[in-house]
Amino acid sequence: MALVNDLRMPRDCDDNFIHQVETESGQQISKCYQCGNCSASCAYTYVYDYPVNQIMRLIQLGQKEAVLRSRSIWLCADCQACTTRCPYNIDIARVMETLRFLSVEEDTVSIKNIQLFYDEFINSVKNFGRVFETGLLAKYNLKAKKPFTDIDLAPKMLRKGKLPIIPHRIRGRKQVVDIFNRFEDYRKKKNLD
Amino acid sequence: MIDQTAKRIAYYPGCSVTGTAVEFDQSTRALCAALGVELIEIPDWNCCGSTPAHSYDPLLGAALAGRNLAMAEEMGLDVVMTPCPSCLKALKEALRKYEEKQHSFLDILQMPFSGQIRAISVLQLLYEDISPKTIREQIRYRLTNTVIVPYYGCLLSRPPEFARFDDPVPEFPFKTECCGAAYGVTQNHIVGKMTGRILDMARRLGAAAVAVACPLCQQNLDLRQSQVNRFWHTTFQMPVVYITQILGFALGIDPKKLGLDKLFVSADDLFLETSEPLENPTESKSV
Repeated sequence: MALVNDLRMPRDCDDNFIHQVETESGQQISKCYQCGNCSASCAYTYVYDYPVNQIMRLIQLGQKEAVLRSRSIWLCADCQACTTRCPYNIDIARVMETLRFLSVEEDTVSIKNIQLFYDEFINSVKNFGRVFETGLLAKYNLKAKKPFTDIDLAPKMLRKGKLPIIPHRIRGRKQVVDIFNRFEDYRKKKNLD
Repeated sequence: MIDQTAKRIAYYPGCSVTGTAVEFDQSTRALCAALGVELIEIPDWNCCGSTPAHSYDPLLGAALAGRNLAMAEEMGLDVVMTPCPSCLKALKEALRKYEEKQHSFLDILQMPFSGQIRAISVLQLLYEDISPKTIREQIRYRLTNTVIVPYYGCLLSRPPEFARFDDPVPEFPFKTECCGAAYGVTQNHIVGKMTGRILDMARRLGAAAVAVACPLCQQNLDLRQSQVNRFWHTTFQMPVVYITQILGFALGIDPKKLGLDKLFVSADDLFLETSEPLENPTESKSV
């Protein structure tokens, strides 16, 4: 585990990154005073490289590389425990979400499979209007080159009728795709401003 | 409160209850019918985008969920209920974005929307709108000498000012600990560890079953219980039932209609061996 103290702080400080995280997340990162309540509440610290309070400190210090390449931001499950317990009411889970998104944009995703799963989820919504669980899992297994993921569960799911083979396509698929398209336009316009 | 004349509410099932969590849908519908609430499924509803859309930008998730709210408003209904906590979060996020960023939100949604509709969970419907008193009056079977621990998970209660869910009262130490969420597929060892801790605590408290109200929690605790057992070298056989199934059973609804046969760890013994019929249902004090 890398220690915050090992990083050469002042020279690497990326002010623009701090600003970007604050604008995208709508949270004021400078309010964090390192009480550590977030890390104390976080059930995922044991798999993180940086505990969440260190992620907050690294943002304050403009350590873009370290933050956006960290495993922590992708292992966060959005369980909201940190947000709930922050004495300054910083929506820390929202900050972690923002960092995931920024790491996609910067192509510094540390755990590609988790991103792949999210992407395939969105693709399923675009294609059918609803998530088709069976197809999502099949596509994930194929693209992640992990063909046997959850294969042990398939027979019993089939027996219970919980593994449909044909997706349900909603009639308003175009409406859903249009929402995605209008959202993309909105993002582009926002990035230009 | 829903008055006697207006027991019609919009129903947003969500994707998972049409697949892996089908029994949550079945038991919610059966229970509501027994309690005199007419659920009107939003026709042609779409996925709320869940965590992946929200992660990308909360506005995207809000717009996706917004389409469903707009359709429910068009049906002339002022309440939409969903059994899924993740869907509920998205529906409420849509209402929040309508307040905060109305212009962008409506620009992306492009549907008539007034933002007047209320989004509630099935638990809120049962507790706040129908009331425990009304439910208690209809109890026909009582579960005796058995401990069922309540497990709420993350999204029903957090963050409190958003979820507006009262502090869960019944004592189960891990009632709001995370189960490992969607990492069952991508990082299975996380679910193994975290769901295992919850099952272990339930066992230590002498629980005969865990009661849940979230499709993802239920999937981890029930479907993935075999994987948890492999991870910890344990032999858990803990039924994980939806609260709507327990209440439905207590009200005397046919177990088939509650989807009890859809559970992976059978709850048959729980219901058959610990239940006793009440002679005078109105005198019952507790489930």
